[in-house]
Amino acid sequence: MNRLKLILLILMLALWSGIFIGRVSAQEASPPDSASAVKPAPPINVTVVDNPNDNGHFLLIKWDPSPDEKRSTDKVIGYEIYRSDKKDGKYKKIGITAVGIYEYKDGSDIEMYGENPNPRYISIGSIYYYKLRSITESGATSDFTSPLGAAPKENWFHTGKTSYFIAILLYFAIVLYYIKVAKSGKKLYIRPLGGIEAIDNAIGRATEMGRPILFVLGTGTASDIATIAGYTILARVARKTAEYQIPVLVPVNDPVMMSVAQETVRTAYIEAGRPDLYDEKNIPFVTAMQFPYVAAVTGMMIREKTATNFYMGLFYAESLLLAETGTMTGAIQISGTDQTAQLPFFIAATDFTLIGEELYAASAYLSGEPLLMGPLKAQDFMKAILIILIISGVISLSFGWNIIADIFKVNIT
Amino acid sequence: MKRTLPLFLVFTSGMIMLLQHFVPSEESEFIYKYANDWLITVGVYAIMLGIWSLIRVTVAKARYESGERFYAIVTLFGMAIMIFSGITVESQRAGSLFMNIFAYVLIPIQATIFSLLAFYVASAAYRAFRARSVLATLLLITAFVVMLRMIPLGPVSVWNQYLVGWILSVPNLAAKRAIIMGVGLGMIATSMKIILGIERSYLGSD
Repeated sequence: MNRLKLILLILMLALWSGIFIGRVSAQEASPPDSASAVKPAPPINVTVVDNPNDNGHFLLIKWDPSPDEKRSTDKVIGYEIYRSDKKDGKYKKIGITAVGIYEYKDGSDIEMYGENPNPRYISIGSIYYYKLRSITESGATSDFTSPLGAAPKENWFHTGKTSYFIAILLYFAIVLYYIKVAKSGKKLYIRPLGGIEAIDNAIGRATEMGRPILFVLGTGTASDIATIAGYTILARVARKTAEYQIPVLVPVNDPVMMSVAQETVRTAYIEAGRPDLYDEKNIPFVTAMQFPYVAAVTGMMIREKTATNFYMGLFYAESLLLAETGTMTGAIQISGTDQTAQLPFFIAATDFTLIGEELYAASAYLSGEPLLMGPLKAQDFMKAILIILIISGVISLSFGWNIIADIFKVNIT
Repeated sequence: MKRTLPLFLVFTSGMIMLLQHFVPSEESEFIYKYANDWLITVGVYAIMLGIWSLIRVTVAKARYESGERFYAIVTLFGMAIMIFSGITVESQRAGSLFMNIFAYVLIPIQATIFSLLAFYVASAAYRAFRARSVLATLLLITAFVVMLRMIPLGPVSVWNQYLVGWILSVPNLAAKRAIIMGVGLGMIATSMKIILGIERSYLGSD
């Protein structure tokens, strides 16, 4: 009886172990689709080069697609990129791309994230090696490509910006030429601007009415070029107001702007020989926030009954709020901005508007100084060159010639 | 002399920042970042000047201008409350007095002022679109056609959509681009005038 039990036990163990072994071998023999699938071909013509026009922390890996992208079943759907700092070292996966993308920009210029090193960081001059492999719909992977290495280099000139570097040099040369012409005493003709001619009349009106002038520099910052253009106009306007002995109010929304505006007006008053009339309190900082600034300035318009309002600088949504309040108070209004989105509001609500470049030209017009006329003339000359280039570009592209378009292609990525 | 040093600084920093734009190296990036950090630092110190200016002007109004006394006191009171309620770290948490004033007083007031824009757009448009001349009439007709795009008009909407698309992407865009190009040239010319020291009206006197 015991022997029978022993035989039965052995049989059961054999059967059980058979099933287990069978299962394991079945798993090995029929793994998921990936292993049973046909191994795809790896990508071809892989190259690793320094990424151009950067700070030397990036490499560019390029390749041609695997031939198995087009096979009927289990197509290649992407590529895995592996990197190592030694040719025969341990490679780590650093990226994956889908079919259709055959280049990968690897690297980072951030060495540490807090106390942890950034795994994507690449140091200038060190060689990094890359291997790629294809991956299919079922997850099957190809063999790796042979490792290829390259060292990133720091670039000292952005070749993608060559065309506009040349354009700026040319513009510089034209400006210097016209400054020289202006210095020689030759009278330069510049086209008249309606808005500029109205400035004198507007100041005269305020003088006759005995009311102050309001000058708004916009809601930009002191370093915005439109604000800087605003200062230059403020200087000319303030000089005239000093001569006519009427106050100019300049509420600002930026403390740096306040300091520059105060200095600008103070200088203008000194130059006009009336430093005694200068009052720092007329150029206050009111608030740094957009709509509270609107409330403060519109309140000033209504309470002080300003006769003339100037809006010169960078404006956003406040442009119409200010200009419409000025219209309601009956002030003469002259505006100028380079913001194309705000220009329609100013045109609709103010009496004269300096459109775009006219804002930058205003200072030269108002001063009448020959030295300032030089750059203005150069601006017109450069515009003529641009018009010729645009027309020739349109004609050449219409005939299918890309030569002009190619010359001016800018790649700033 | 008072102008020579600022002009020298403007020229050197202007030229460095101009060239920096064409040099992508790490050193160039450092200069850009350093200059921007300086700008922030100057801004932080300047805010003290701004607050001082605000207090001085408002106190003077409260003392000497009876018509503005009430507003001046409200301004000073509001400023004092915001400074004292926002001075601690806890004030940045939701539910603090500072955050409550910000969320339930300041933001609604700002939204109110912003919403005035809707009425101002209507009144400005009424004046701008009066058919006083040929050009103004043309503007009126164009604006009318563009506005119709937003209204469901059945089959008319289909051809109007193409017409408006053409207006926006051809004549409108062409004019915008022309302005932008002029602005670009004006910006460079103004920068050059400042870098070369030709335009110096923003500087103090000698």
